[in-house]
Amino acid sequence: MTAIRRIVVAMALVVATTSLTGCSDNWGWYVVNPSTKSGMANLRFLIGGLYYTVLLSVTAIVISVAAGLLIALPGLAANRTLRGFNRTYVELVRAVPILVLILWVYYGMPQMTGLSISVFWAGAIALALSDSAFEAEIFRAGIQSIDKGQYEAAHSVSLNYVDTMRFVILPQAIRRILPALGNQLVYMLKMSSLVSVIGMQELTRKANELVVTEYRPLEIYSILVLEYLVLILAVSAGVRWLERKMQADVSR
Amino acid sequence: MSDDAAPMIELLTVSKSFGDFQVLKDITLTVGPGERVVVCGPSGSGKSTLIRCINGLERHESGTIRVDGDVLAGDRASLERVRPKVGMVFQQFNLFPHLTVLDNLTLGPRRTRGLSQAEARDRAMAYLERVQIPEQAGKYPRHLSGGQQQRVAIARALCMEPKIMLFDEPTSALDPEMINEVLEVMVQLAGSGMTMICVTHEMGFARRVADMMVFMDFGEIVETAPPARFFDAPETRRCQDFLQKILQH
Repeated sequence: MTAIRRIVVAMALVVATTSLTGCSDNWGWYVVNPSTKSGMANLRFLIGGLYYTVLLSVTAIVISVAAGLLIALPGLAANRTLRGFNRTYVELVRAVPILVLILWVYYGMPQMTGLSISVFWAGAIALALSDSAFEAEIFRAGIQSIDKGQYEAAHSVSLNYVDTMRFVILPQAIRRILPALGNQLVYMLKMSSLVSVIGMQELTRKANELVVTEYRPLEIYSILVLEYLVLILAVSAGVRWLERKMQADVSR
Repeated sequence: MSDDAAPMIELLTVSKSFGDFQVLKDITLTVGPGERVVVCGPSGSGKSTLIRCINGLERHESGTIRVDGDVLAGDRASLERVRPKVGMVFQQFNLFPHLTVLDNLTLGPRRTRGLSQAEARDRAMAYLERVQIPEQAGKYPRHLSGGQQQRVAIARALCMEPKIMLFDEPTSALDPEMINEVLEVMVQLAGSGMTMICVTHEMGFARRVADMMVFMDFGEIVETAPPARFFDAPETRRCQDFLQKILQH
């Protein structure tokens, strides 16, 4: 927590010194000055993007974690075909840039399926799809790191495959991969900015739109940077808290 | 044990290889209900593989394994029939580290025996009493000593109320001062009429408890005898050499 406070203070200092020193005529903070009516409206407009950035990222991460786990499991099978499916999926999906995937899902897929798709779901699906390949690799590594003896013990008390995974293997694997999952969540929050290109009203899109009307890119994009910074530091703190809590659970 | 009762475990010309290396060669062994068998032999002789085949942790390649009348084939159905009858205790304990002692014991009975939380809990506490560590129920495995962990592992297997208990070198990973507390629990269990196969080098325990000694070397059963004869007058050269080595100290 103190680390976050320190970073925020540092950011504020940088903003304050640059705006108050000689180059002050380069800055026009009035666009986002909360004490003026229009500045407040602009600020509200910018921060309003937070809702979709968070909603989109959370939706996408939930889908991609679930999909990642389902794709990781065949990768651990003894069966060659199942492992082949896992490898193919991971290699193919991992090779497509996220931006390309977003464009493909939003503009391409409706043409193929005949169904139109909302900007939100196109973005969520594209982000989730892209991330699922990475989640799958994280889960596979996590599950593979669990000792073989745990499976044997589970079998020896007659647990079936699903129960073995649910009660024995995954709870241990997830503890180990939590830092990596946190990483992916942060990554997702940042990559959600790409969905602005298809018109999603999230943080980046809002900033772009305001820049077009106000012609103050420096101030507006600085606010944008700050928005992501605050959001992601909060998420990081949350992930660390969760890690500590889960550690505490085992070491009680 | 009575000779006319149907055997609890029956192995008929069981063989298995890991690649080019044949770990089990034509193993034939019959264990009656309530009989206690101790398997010994040099490391790599196939002892562990033998007992791991009996509950299907390893799959045998040829021959027949019959457990309490059920043939253990490679299919899931036969595994599901056999495993509930067989409890297993491992060298490395293999407790579930993220679960408390109590949850380690109740997981199997709740999920596979249809016991309610309360029933499973009562049963678990009863077995923890039996292995003399009921006060550790709320702790996590890593806060217990090795001996305590292995006793929890024994209780976990017993909670499934198996007909057979397999022990795979249960004291080999323990500090010397903890071996006895585990052996004591095993002796007590032997007294209760449980069918047991123990892979162990604890020859004192074997002498006290075993009905039959099995000596394995290079994947074969070299000698089978009651403990008195096994220890005092081993027949084969290989068995004599082995006993000499481990009984020296």
